Amino acid sequence: MSEPSDGLTENDGSRFDRLPATDAEREVAGRASREAVLDFWEERYSIDSTVFADYSFWEKGSRKLWAFRGEVASPIEIESLGITFLRTRQEHWKPTTDAVQRFGRHASRNVLTLPRGAAQRFVAGEDQEIEWDGDWGYLIVAHDLAGEREPLGVGLYLHGELHSQIPKGRRREL
Amino acid sequence: MDVLSRYEPLIDDFAAFRAACERRLPSVVRVNEIKATPERARTTLEEEGIDYEPCGWHSGLLRLDTDHPGRTWGAFHGWLHGQEEVSALPALVCDPEPGECVWAACAAPGGKATQLAARADDAGLVVANDRNLGRLSALRFNAERLGVTSMAVTNRDARNYSLAPFDFDEFDRALCDVPCSCEGTIRKNPDALDRWSLGYLDEIADTQAAILRRAIQATRSGGTVVYSTCTFAPEENEAVLDRVLARENCELVAFDCPLDSRPGITEWEGERFDPSVRRAKRIYPHLNDTGGFFCAKLEVGG
Repeated sequence: MSEPSDGLTENDGSRFDRLPATDAEREVAGRASREAVLDFWEERYSIDSTVFADYSFWEKGSRKLWAFRGEVASPIEIESLGITFLRTRQEHWKPTTDAVQRFGRHASRNVLTLPRGAAQRFVAGEDQEIEWDGDWGYLIVAHDLAGEREPLGVGLYLHGELHSQIPKGRRREL
Repeated sequence: MDVLSRYEPLIDDFAAFRAACERRLPSVVRVNEIKATPERARTTLEEEGIDYEPCGWHSGLLRLDTDHPGRTWGAFHGWLHGQEEVSALPALVCDPEPGECVWAACAAPGGKATQLAARADDAGLVVANDRNLGRLSALRFNAERLGVTSMAVTNRDARNYSLAPFDFDEFDRALCDVPCSCEGTIRKNPDALDRWSLGYLDEIADTQAAILRRAIQATRSGGTVVYSTCTFAPEENEAVLDRVLARENCELVAFDCPLDSRPGITEWEGERFDPSVRRAKRIYPHLNDTGGFFCAKLEVGG
């Protein structure tokens, strides 16, 4: 394994490592910090950091972050720990479907609520033209179910089109 | 070979047992209370026009009038999980509390392990293990869909399970829902008995006893271990308990069973078992219109 020039090590994809508290405490090149993750949810979706107070954040696989309720010793070599949560490989970070379904109900910003027909197309994995005058990029897509808003997953909004990010295995014809 | 006839001496109304084994199982879902209340899950089914009937013994279990419970909004959102009615029993008997560490020794595909996490309000630690990597991916998929954030998944042989990856050295509770001959799933899988043999029972019973022994060793004194199978065979049920009682520091304890059940049997084909195996429960398909099941509760260091 080559060592990056800044003296930091590279991610070891065979194990879970807890994220450093802040960028200053980073020991692995490019690894997000807990602080940056909390800031992301707060700034992009207005999800308060207290929602994640009982959670620890972990990286396994390059730039693939996991959220686990509780604490275990780091690093840990097991198959999974909590749920996949956030991808930080690209410039724009991308929440997972499972994270949005679990935590998205706390969001008050960049939430696109679809009527039933559009929600059905979204969970079937279809792209569709939608009017939306908020931010572009990764949105929390929701619909109303049993009297309350309920998050469906993540949509990528660009040029008037909403691209469903529901993974193939989770798509349904409803 | 007519496997089920060997149980005629054990069952009061054998004709009713036979008839139930030939009926198809109702489609049952469990409400995942990590993501939705039973009330909200029921309202959603009503909005979708899907008829349901709550199972009388558990508010979070619903019998659905559809052959496709996966094609519902509730399933998409991870509010509902298809789970055989009787298989919801062992997690209730294990009954972990928030903050406790629980081992699900043979956890895939995850119905019972995710139920354990929900029982502890997704605020304990469920270590969900399975030896089979293919089944493990189903467990992970289900856990994520259900939004279970308090689970750690491992891929080991439960018989010599090591807690080395973790910074604790014993569990508070364990659930051994062991691999078995699956006779009790005959209503779901009509070919469940096609490969049945006495030789298989002997072989699997060794594995079952080894898993249960390891669970008792890995659980703290005073902790709870639940043993369950979906089979009627005493070789895999009372005989396994009898072997383990003789070798490990534990005892069988009584528990309330909300389903109609029969006590464990103390004698089978000339072999006598520890009298405490009567505290285990046998659940036959005709008693509650479910699959067949066996469940025992043990206390460690009793």
